[in-house]
Amino acid sequence: MTNTLNFALVGSPNSGKTTLFNALTGMRAKTGNYPGVTVDRRVGGLVVGDKNIQITDLPGSYSLRAISEEEHITASYLRGELGDNNLSGVVFVADSTSLSRSLPFLLSILNLNIPTILVCTMIDECKARGGDIDFFKLKAELGIPVVGVVGNQGLGVTDLKQFFLEPQEWKTTSVPVLDSTEERFVWADKIINKVLRHPISESNLTRQIDRVLLHPVLGILVFAAFITVFFQSIFTWAAPAMDLFSEWVNQFANFCSAALPAGILTDLLCNGIIQGVGAVLVFVPQIAVLFTLIFFFEASGYMARAAFVIDRLMGWAGLEGRCFISLLSSYACAVPGIMATRAIPSPRDRLATILVAPFATCSARLPVYAILISAFVPNTTVWGPFTLQGFTLMGLYLLGGFSAILFAAIFKRGLLRGASLPFFLELPPYRFPSFKTIAAQVTDRLKVFVRDAGSIILIGSVVLWFLLSFPQHQHDGSLSDLQNRQHQIEQSYAADFGRALEPAFSPLGFDWKINIGIIGSFAARELMISTMAQVYAVHEDDGGFNGFAAVISKSDENGKRPISFASAMSLLVFFVYALLCLSTVAVVKRETNGWRWPIFMLGYMFAVAWVASFITYRLALA
Amino acid sequence: MPEHPKTLADLSEIVVAKVLTVLGDDPVAERLREMGFTPDTTVYFERQAPLGGPMIVSLRNYQLSLRPNEAKRVLIQGLSSL
Repeated sequence: MTNTLNFALVGSPNSGKTTLFNALTGMRAKTGNYPGVTVDRRVGGLVVGDKNIQITDLPGSYSLRAISEEEHITASYLRGELGDNNLSGVVFVADSTSLSRSLPFLLSILNLNIPTILVCTMIDECKARGGDIDFFKLKAELGIPVVGVVGNQGLGVTDLKQFFLEPQEWKTTSVPVLDSTEERFVWADKIINKVLRHPISESNLTRQIDRVLLHPVLGILVFAAFITVFFQSIFTWAAPAMDLFSEWVNQFANFCSAALPAGILTDLLCNGIIQGVGAVLVFVPQIAVLFTLIFFFEASGYMARAAFVIDRLMGWAGLEGRCFISLLSSYACAVPGIMATRAIPSPRDRLATILVAPFATCSARLPVYAILISAFVPNTTVWGPFTLQGFTLMGLYLLGGFSAILFAAIFKRGLLRGASLPFFLELPPYRFPSFKTIAAQVTDRLKVFVRDAGSIILIGSVVLWFLLSFPQHQHDGSLSDLQNRQHQIEQSYAADFGRALEPAFSPLGFDWKINIGIIGSFAARELMISTMAQVYAVHEDDGGFNGFAAVISKSDENGKRPISFASAMSLLVFFVYALLCLSTVAVVKRETNGWRWPIFMLGYMFAVAWVASFITYRLALA
Repeated sequence: MPEHPKTLADLSEIVVAKVLTVLGDDPVAERLREMGFTPDTTVYFERQAPLGGPMIVSLRNYQLSLRPNEAKRVLIQGLSSL
């Protein structure tokens, strides 16, 4: 191997750039970050002849005059402002069915005097729609090599690879230097007139599908069905896998603690590290399922249409259609929801969506809601099959969704105010998605999550384990295991912390025991239940869930319950608003590339939670 | 020139039109040009969103959705419908 040549893939969104990238580099892409921004940097390699070729997949762009964060990266990269000045050439990717829109952008890159090759994608679709492009003439007009490919079938990719050996031949000097966009389009239209032997008709299939999917009435029903698929996928397909993962992790932890000598190291391994790894792995099924769906609908063409259908409603919150899918996903879990905000081009809209996504009622809150509701809300019938408990649960879900929209609107009018990006949404023709590309994209997401967010979650889990396990309580043989565990937790650092928090939390009706539960829930919301079960010494034989509900709602001899009704209502509202999720914090840190926004979120959501719980507590006492 | 020039926001009544010009020199106007709204480009009205708000137009062999706010920036002249 003599040396490495660096190429950059440039093209508009939907140009087939990602498919081509995968066809060129296989599945060996590495994902990193550009310094200071949240845009993913994807780099892959291949070998042609005796040369190492490195390819950077630059974010999809329509122009060098960037209006989004992603376009800004592409423009700065091409101008050599990102420190990579050893670019051997640009591979410009253009959808051959809409060449007249891409050529002006190509010209502005040629005018930068970087060696460039034009790759026309989807030539099969172009032919099927009657189009006939004279590639030889196009090459002659542009003075640069032109290659036609069908990325998902790998056609033309071998030819393209040979060109990588001689980028010095990609001359850029035979085109005019034009500054105005309109002049560039005049130039492009002239070329198209010369090289297009037969015009491309519109996609009949797309027209017919849209007649149904975007129909004024049917379109809304289809959209509703689309939402249903998303919900079903999380609760019906991902949930069993998540439960299975948790069970395996627990079994493995139990197996280790039985097999290894009892002691602090075993405890660290079983209850700290293994549970921490489990807390990361538990997200894998839903991220995989959710992103498979997202990328499937994106590649097939429906995602853009869903954003188009819902744009009006999102506009009321100051957001746009593409924010919807993130908020919807957050109803399952804020972690993939926040990861999905990458589809939003405007950094302000994206940040506003991230800031409010955790208000959506995620599935991890459900057990907490269910226990508190079954313990404190009377199961009276309101009307027909509808009970007060059911309405309370629905109310909490609605409160979360309503708050997300409300706070998005507040942020967009205040903190994130500013000239908003124009709303442009290209609607690609319906296409059959390439499953290989989807698999590569999903793998990419999972890798990024496990590597970047997983490490924070693991460290956080171990810290929380430490807080709950130290200082060590001397095992007292005269007490039962249950009482020993209760004593341990009562004298732990977490309990000290819980007591220290009492002045802040007692106006909400929380005592130090509830505070420990809140601290425990930070590692994972389901830990709230198990931590509180230890604090309140719930016996495992009490039957888990129902036992816990019974213990916390049972009155003692003075007629006093361990948790009062008002405190329970206050706690429910606290869970609607507070950011009690280490994993969400970790993922926001990764997606916003720093600690500033996750810390802001912890602060503002806690403030909102405090005020809302205070009001609830006062109302419930009255 | 008519007294009240039509814009892309009126396209639903006209169906087929050609672009006269894009008003302004700010990033929004520039982006509209870059998306292909240049003089003499033919634009077709495709549909309005089911809940209102944005519309879909087609030009240069592709479909684009945009909101009324941006559409108002593009001056058009109606062509006799096909």
